[in-house]
Amino acid sequence: MAAISRDDVAHLARLARIEMSAEELDHMASELDVILGAVARVQEVAGQDVPPTSHPLPMTNIFRADVVKPSLTNEEALSGAPAKVEERFKVPQILGEAE
Amino acid sequence: MSSIRLSAAEMGAALAKGEITSVELTNQHFDRIAEVDTAVHAFLHLDKEGALAQAKSVDAKRAAGEKLGPIAGVPLALKDVLTQKGIPTTCGSKMLEGWRPPYDSGVVTKLKDAGVVILGKTNMDEFAMGSSTENSAYGPTHNPWDLTRIPGGSGGGSSASLAAFEAPLAIGTDTGGSIRQPAAVTGTVGVKPTYGGVSRYGLVAFSSSLDQAGPCARTVLDTALLHEAIAGHDPRDSTSINSPVPQVVAAAKRLDVKGMKIGVVKEISGEGFQAGVRTRFEESLQLLVEAGAEIVEVSCPNFDYALAAYYLIAPSEASSNLARFDSMRYGIRVGDDGNRGAEEVMNLTRQVGFGREVKRRIILGTYALSSGYYDAYYGSAQKVRTLIKRDFEAAFTKADVLVSPTAPTTAFKIGEKSDDPLAMYLNDIATIPVNMAGIGGMSLPCGLAPEDGLPVGFQIMSPVMQDDLMYRVGGTLEAALNSKWGHTLISQIPDLQVR
Amino acid sequence: MGSHFDLADPRFAGALVALNFAQAMEKYEPTLGLEVHVELNTNSKMFCSCATEFGGSPNTQTCPVCLGLPGALPVVNAKAIESTILIGLALNCSIAPYSRFARKNYFYPDMPKNFQTSQYDEPICVNGYLDVEIDTDEGPAKFRIEIERVHMEEDTGKSLHVGGSTGRIHGAEYSLLDYNRAGIPLVEIVTKIVPGTGKYAPQVARAYVTELRDILRSLGVSDVKMEQGSLRCDANVSLAPMGSGKLGTRSETKNVNSLRSVERALFGEIERQANRLENGERVVQETRHFLEDTGLTRPGRSKEQAEDYRYFPEPDLVPVTPDAKWIAELRTKLPEKPSTRRKRLQTEWNVPDKEMTALINAELLDVVEETIALGAEPTRARTWWLGEISRLANEKEVEPTSLISSANLAEIIALIASGELTDKLARQVVEGVINGEGSPADVIAKRGLKVVSDDSALMVAIEAAIAAQPDTAERIRGGNIPAAGALIGAVMKATGGAADAAKVRELLLKHLGQA
Repeated sequence: MAAISRDDVAHLARLARIEMSAEELDHMASELDVILGAVARVQEVAGQDVPPTSHPLPMTNIFRADVVKPSLTNEEALSGAPAKVEERFKVPQILGEAE
Repeated sequence: MSSIRLSAAEMGAALAKGEITSVELTNQHFDRIAEVDTAVHAFLHLDKEGALAQAKSVDAKRAAGEKLGPIAGVPLALKDVLTQKGIPTTCGSKMLEGWRPPYDSGVVTKLKDAGVVILGKTNMDEFAMGSSTENSAYGPTHNPWDLTRIPGGSGGGSSASLAAFEAPLAIGTDTGGSIRQPAAVTGTVGVKPTYGGVSRYGLVAFSSSLDQAGPCARTVLDTALLHEAIAGHDPRDSTSINSPVPQVVAAAKRLDVKGMKIGVVKEISGEGFQAGVRTRFEESLQLLVEAGAEIVEVSCPNFDYALAAYYLIAPSEASSNLARFDSMRYGIRVGDDGNRGAEEVMNLTRQVGFGREVKRRIILGTYALSSGYYDAYYGSAQKVRTLIKRDFEAAFTKADVLVSPTAPTTAFKIGEKSDDPLAMYLNDIATIPVNMAGIGGMSLPCGLAPEDGLPVGFQIMSPVMQDDLMYRVGGTLEAALNSKWGHTLISQIPDLQVR
Repeated sequence: MGSHFDLADPRFAGALVALNFAQAMEKYEPTLGLEVHVELNTNSKMFCSCATEFGGSPNTQTCPVCLGLPGALPVVNAKAIESTILIGLALNCSIAPYSRFARKNYFYPDMPKNFQTSQYDEPICVNGYLDVEIDTDEGPAKFRIEIERVHMEEDTGKSLHVGGSTGRIHGAEYSLLDYNRAGIPLVEIVTKIVPGTGKYAPQVARAYVTELRDILRSLGVSDVKMEQGSLRCDANVSLAPMGSGKLGTRSETKNVNSLRSVERALFGEIERQANRLENGERVVQETRHFLEDTGLTRPGRSKEQAEDYRYFPEPDLVPVTPDAKWIAELRTKLPEKPSTRRKRLQTEWNVPDKEMTALINAELLDVVEETIALGAEPTRARTWWLGEISRLANEKEVEPTSLISSANLAEIIALIASGELTDKLARQVVEGVINGEGSPADVIAKRGLKVVSDDSALMVAIEAAIAAQPDTAERIRGGNIPAAGALIGAVMKATGGAADAAKVRELLLKHLGQA
């Protein structure tokens, strides 16, 4: 039984904002199925009592002082923009609503 | 007489003595690149203007009597994943075609301060995801030992540029082996410092808790010189270690391993690896014994799960790190014909801008983090990471450093594994555990495999913040090997077709 | 507040039943949940050193970090941590010995990284409470609002929608983005569910946000101006049948931009939900937007699928572990609680409840305290602010504190106390200061407003008044003291209010043999 179906991949592609053709979806589903089969074995040793590691080194409390430093100029900030209007980034119409 | 075959240390000495200028040296390297890079394709972008300006500036300082560092004026190739202000940075991806960052990475700032001459940006697997540089959107790089073969990945461009004598120094980045495995298959040296040892500011993130920039060169000493130039605390990187730079140059020159315990890790000691790789590895162990070290066998049973855990953690972090590539602020934009909304344009851009492997990992990572699957996949992988750290800690009570062959095979043919993701992932089986634990890892050449005459790499792993240990062992082994052969390994590379 | 629902309204065609708020509250029990976002007033942003100043030219306060450029990395602002801990302490929270940042992953163009660096299961402050007091039918009642968590996150950029007929999102041709605001520190304060408020739910919510705002202001960690967006409130409410012991489906209402709107929004939402339930329809779990003009809410754009934020610990930042010593230090920095301060001032000033409430509701406490601190006599300070100044402010439809400074008013009150101004003259001085004629001294000089207390000058006026009203004067001579009022009034009128009324009375009575 496949660990991951074409519909699953379609859902993930939506979450990840990547357009995929039907062919791409099929191909991706079968490849991921194989890969997931191989990586699932982490569950074998991941016991309840093992704490997860999210940072390789045990550092804590790294802060910076609340001091203002020069920002990029408007030109620098917009230098890579695919489109701009005056001083702002121009983007296609946003249909959704902010969180 | 071209100086391109000298080591960086030798070039630095020649520059200091006034035997050559940096401008001359830089031009020699650009000439070499012009001769061979059509065949090798190590570089994506050359910055002649900037490099010569830097070279000129260094020459002027030297002429004025300023005391400069050991690699001031020496050329270097920079992996295209690090930002350099005003210079195209593509990360091997179509997504960033033409993008010129408005800021320098921490590594580049340190290189400029050290007077190093950055020749250009090198080719890589797209967004550092790969083990062969075949995933570059700009075409593969070819291994200078055999142009039909891969140079390793993701940093194949950097290692190939060294092997082709296009540069004596290079910077790579290593997330699961992307410095070490290319070093192994090109007969060069590459080091992944302890995580946090080199700034990640300006290093385009693939997997934030695993990524590390590191030095690459043709000799252990050169690598050490570059390591000291780029290492150190950066307050702009919260994961940067705030400690003195390890004394790796002194360690590299020490040439002494008497009394050291060298741990061979059972799980990655060569079982299932190419025969010639094992042979050369074991011969090197013998040389270390002859040099006065003791070989001990250690077992790290959780290493068997390292690959699986890595291919959950790295794609998960990547799926989040690469979300910013949405065509709104920089990079390419596809499908914006005035009739489409932002979301649709994002979707189309990411379909076109990302290659197959990147998309695969983004989807896999999205899955591993998603509601209902987090515990089983990402959560479990992070636990495996703890187990791997514990295995290393236990092993390091028995040995000063651990060793293994760097990669299971020598350089394979271009196209041989590109249709089989899992087979490709297996190239990193010996290198991945190092990144998972955040410790230091080095690969240096230990011979040519008898069956195919291709380079084999020897991996040395040192405990957290003790990078000097791997340079001590590496330097000693390199000297012993060179002595045994009567020459360096890289000097044996067949001549490239000169145009 | 009356009901919004008119049965004749075509929206309710076909409705079997229509309830107003009061009726709804007889049948249903509301449960509240409040989320408040506070924009901190740090100098620099949460994760980078860009300025946070409001109103800068677009995209001039950005850098690789807050633009989310490839390769950029965050570094935590120490002041933001301190402010958040102060907020937690002021809300009686426990400060977590170990807390972490997490990535909240979703795509939206105003979010440069397409994830928000926030906190998930390891927030910095947990389990606090805030007590509020409201007026009920049975008199004042206290409610304890429990606080689930206080955590840190970052603000987004601002988008401008261009083109289209309405200027709102739908129908816009394109959008323009300014990232100056992206990365400004935000603190999110989330309550636990608040049951048991009954029909007072809207008032309790308003009282909570008001008290919270006052606390944040006293801590000095934010401007807390709802109209400017430095204090934002999302109100959640669900209804369950009275006595059912269950919880209903909740809705979340955003775009609540004032304290009054908090109350109105919940009032309207409760009515809406009750009416749905009465008519046999489910309440949909959704985000709604409050509409200022009607007091109703409209649904947000429905999403095809619920967003999966795929939270995971932020690998670019390390955990925050505030030690006990630091927390103890910060605890000493806590200012007096607003409620404690209010009680203290009431006692000090000896003010009855009704007047105290009036002062609090009119938000004049601070300025009255200031005026008193500058030397004004307490009763006069209160009376002037609550009385004349508030009256003028209402006329002009502005805030009392914008009309005149506490310093100027204190000066005027001092002149009254010293006898150099009468109340009537003082009103003229206030008018002059408000009109921009200068300081109190300037106005007095320009307009020639000085109390006439020179006895001989007053006697002239007094004798004139007596001459004009001989019968009244005779009555006073005969012992009818109250009749003096008419003559005093006449003298005041004659002197244009510049006479010291008490002095006039004294002189008059003495003159008429009634001293």
